[in-house]
Amino acid sequence: MADDPKNAPPALELRGIDKRFGAVHANRAIHLSIARGSVHGLIGENGAGKSTLMNSVYGFHRADAGEVWVAGRQVDIRTPQDAIAAGIGMVHQHFMLVENFTVLENVVLGVEGGPLLAGGLAHARGALEQLARNYGLEVPLDALISDLPVGLQQRVEILKALYRRAEILILDEPTAVLTPQEAEALFAMLRRLRAEGKSVILVTHKLREIMAITDRVTVMRQGAVVGEVATVMTSPRELAEKMVGRAVLLRVEKAPAHPGETLLSVRELEVRDRLGVARLKRVSFDVHAGEIVGIAGVSGNGQSELLEAIAGIAQPTHGSILLQGRDLVAGHVDARERRRLGLAHVPEDRLRMGVVTSFSAADNAILGYHDRAAYQRGPLLNHATIRRECEKKMANHDIRPPVPALRITAFSGGNQQKLVLAREIDCDPRVLLIGQPTRGVDIGAIEFIHKRLVALRDAGKALLLVSVELDEILGLADRILVLNGGEIVGEVARADATEEKLGLMMAGVKGEGHA
Amino acid sequence: METYTLIVLLLAATIRVATPLVLAALAGMFSERAGVIDLGLEGKMLGAAFAAGAVSAISGSAWLGLLAAIATAVFFALVIGYACITHRGNQVVAGMAITIMVVGLGPTLALAWFNLGGQTPQLDGPGQRFVGLAWPWAQSAREVPFPGLVYAELLSGHSLIVYFAAALVPLSAWVLYRTRFGLRLRAVGENPHAVDTAGISVNGLRYRAVIISGVLCGVAGASLSTAASSGFVRDMTAGKGYLALAALIFGKWKPWPTLGACLLFAFTDALAVRLQGVALPLVGVIPVQFILALPYVLTVLLLAGFVGKAVAPHAIGVPYAKEK
Repeated sequence: MADDPKNAPPALELRGIDKRFGAVHANRAIHLSIARGSVHGLIGENGAGKSTLMNSVYGFHRADAGEVWVAGRQVDIRTPQDAIAAGIGMVHQHFMLVENFTVLENVVLGVEGGPLLAGGLAHARGALEQLARNYGLEVPLDALISDLPVGLQQRVEILKALYRRAEILILDEPTAVLTPQEAEALFAMLRRLRAEGKSVILVTHKLREIMAITDRVTVMRQGAVVGEVATVMTSPRELAEKMVGRAVLLRVEKAPAHPGETLLSVRELEVRDRLGVARLKRVSFDVHAGEIVGIAGVSGNGQSELLEAIAGIAQPTHGSILLQGRDLVAGHVDARERRRLGLAHVPEDRLRMGVVTSFSAADNAILGYHDRAAYQRGPLLNHATIRRECEKKMANHDIRPPVPALRITAFSGGNQQKLVLAREIDCDPRVLLIGQPTRGVDIGAIEFIHKRLVALRDAGKALLLVSVELDEILGLADRILVLNGGEIVGEVARADATEEKLGLMMAGVKGEGHA
Repeated sequence: METYTLIVLLLAATIRVATPLVLAALAGMFSERAGVIDLGLEGKMLGAAFAAGAVSAISGSAWLGLLAAIATAVFFALVIGYACITHRGNQVVAGMAITIMVVGLGPTLALAWFNLGGQTPQLDGPGQRFVGLAWPWAQSAREVPFPGLVYAELLSGHSLIVYFAAALVPLSAWVLYRTRFGLRLRAVGENPHAVDTAGISVNGLRYRAVIISGVLCGVAGASLSTAASSGFVRDMTAGKGYLALAALIFGKWKPWPTLGACLLFAFTDALAVRLQGVALPLVGVIPVQFILALPYVLTVLLLAGFVGKAVAPHAIGVPYAKEK
C-alpha cells in the first residue's frame, strides 16, 4: 500500500522549538510529532509552556530556534497567515470572534476572496452548508455571534479553520467554557474530524478529557516535554505525576468526620431574582462544626443564590440564616459584619467577586479585611504591615511567585485561589463558604487546596462547599445535598453516595431523606 | 419674504453649514470604527483650514490649497497614528495635543507669514476659492416657486466640496458594509485579536483608517477657509470637530444616521443665525448668546438621553498588543 500510514510523514512535526521571554525559558528544545488522523493531547500545568508552543506553531510569535514540518515539508511560519497557508487552524481559549458580526462574516474575515464582499459571502455560504452536512456542524449562518451560546461560538471557530482548509486543528483548552453536554458534543465532532483524516491537537490540563478522546498524549513541564505515550498505555495517576513532577493524590485522604455543635442553620430560605422568580425555594439545612457539607448540582440551579444569600450579598425574600444561633436576616447583618462574626466566603467567580484584578497581590490579600486595626496607621493604610502579611500568606500557602507587589492577574489561577483562600481562613472564621474552590486551578494547586479544606474541617470549622465538579464533592464532602431547580432534592451521607445516585438527583429525581 | 422662501433658504444654509460637519464626522467614523478615538478632528481640520487659506493665498489656486490642506491633515493623522498605533500611546491625549498645538500654531504662522493679525489674506482672486456652481437654468428657475426655487437654492449653487460631502455618505456606507476593507475595518475596531488571528495586520488597517480620516479632515478644513469663507481666521473651526464627534456618537457610528445628526446640528445653527434680532411671538427678541448656544445645548440634551444607548466600537481607545 502506497498510503501506509506507518510510512506517511507525520501531519505536523516540531523539531527543537526553543523560545525565551526575557529570563523565562518558556520552551526548551521541544520535539513533537502528530500523526495524520489522530487526536494528540498536549497536557501540562498552567505555565508549562503549552500555549507558548502552540502560539509559535500558529505564527503569533516566532520561536528563537527550531523547525516546523508539515506533511513532510519544512515550512517557515512567521505570521498566522503562514500557518493558515500551511493548513494549520487554531481555536483559541478566548474566541477570536467579532461579537456584532454574523457567523458568515466571521468566517470570511481574512479570506473574503476579493475586494467586494458579495461574492465571498455567497461562496462561503455554500461551502459552510457543505461542511455542516459533512461534519454535523450546523450553525445559523446569519445569526450574530453575540446571540449564540458558547458552544455554538466554538463551533464557528472550528468552521473558520475548516473553511480555510485546515488539516491540523489546534484546540486550546476547548472545554473550559463548555457545559458537560457541550463538551461531549465537541468530542463527537473531533472524532468525526479524526475519521476524515484531520489531525487534532488538544491542549488541556484536564486528565479526564485526555483519557476520553486522545490517541497519544505529550506531557509538558516547565517548558520541556517530559513524556509522550499512547493514551491506552497510561493512567490519569501517571499523567498527573508527570505533569506535577511528583506523586499527586487525585483524591484527598481524610478521616471520618466528627460533627459537633450546629454553627450554621438555614431555614426556609428563599431568594428571588429581579424578575421575581424564585431561584431558591425555601431551603433548610444545618452545617455542624467539623464537617464539610457539599452542595452538588448542575450549574445554575440555585447554588450561587444560596452562597450569596448566606454571605450577605443577596437579600433573601423569606426565611432565616442562623450563625451560632443569631439570625442574620432578621438582624439585618450586612456582609462586612458577617465576616466579623466569623463567616468567611470564597466566592464562586474569583475574578469578578474574589479579587480586584487591577490590584496587587498584597492589596487583594486584605480585601474585605482592610479595616482591621492592624492594617491602619492613623487614617492611612499601613503598607509595610500589609506587605509582611501578604508575604506570610504566600509562604504558608506556597503561593508563587512570592511577590506581594505583583498584580494579581500575573498569578496563575491556582495561586490566585490560594491567596483568596488564605485571606479568608487566616482571620480564623468559624464557618467557611466555598464556591467552586478549584475552578481554573491546576492539579498541583487542587491537591493543596483540598488538603487545606480537610485540615480546616479537622480543626472544627463548619464548611459549606459548592462545586459543579462531582469528583470534588465526592472527594471532600461528609454529607451531600443536591440542588435542582432551587430545591434540595436529596441528602446523602458520603458513605452512601455514588456518582449514579447523585447524577439522578441532579437531574431532578427526588432522593431519600426528602422523599 | 414669504415663509416658503425662508424655509428653502434656511435649508440651503443648513446644507452649507453641514458640509464640514459631515466630512469631519465621516473622517471620525473611519478612524473610530477601526478603534482609534479621533479627538484630533478639531485640530486636523483647523490645521487644514490654515494650510488651504495660506497656500491658496500664495499660489492663487484653491486646488493647491486643498492639496496642502489634505497633506497637512494627513501629516497630523500620521503623527497621531505613530503615537497611538505604533507606540500604543493614549489616543485621547494624542488627539487633544494635536488640537491644542494647532490652535496656537495656525495664527502664529499666519502672523509670521502674512502679518495680518493671525489671519491669512482675503481670498478674492479668481480661482482662489471653491465658489458655488450654478446649475443650468438655475437663474430662470428661481421664478417658479416650486420646484424651481428648490432646484436653484437647494440643489444648485453649492461649491464642489458640498457635492463631494453629499456623495461621500453613500460611498462610505458602501465601503463600510460592502467591501473587504470595510469588513476588516469594522472587525479591527471590535476585536483586533480576531483580525490578527485571521492573518491581517491590525496596525496596517488602523494606519489606513487614520489616513482616510486625515484626507477627509483636509477637505473639511479647506471647505471652511476656501469655500464657506474667504481665508483662514483664528479658531475658525469653533468646536466643529467636537460637534462632528458628537454627531458621530449620536449617529451610532453609522454613515446615514450620522448624516442625519449633522444635518440636525447644522439646521439649528442656520436657524440660530436667522433668529438673531428677530422678535418671536410671546418671547420677543432672544439674546444672541442663547441662540448661538442652541446647537451645543441640543448636543448635550441629545447625548444625555434622547439617543438611546450608543454602543461604541468595542475595542475603541485600546491600543493593540499581542498577548505574549
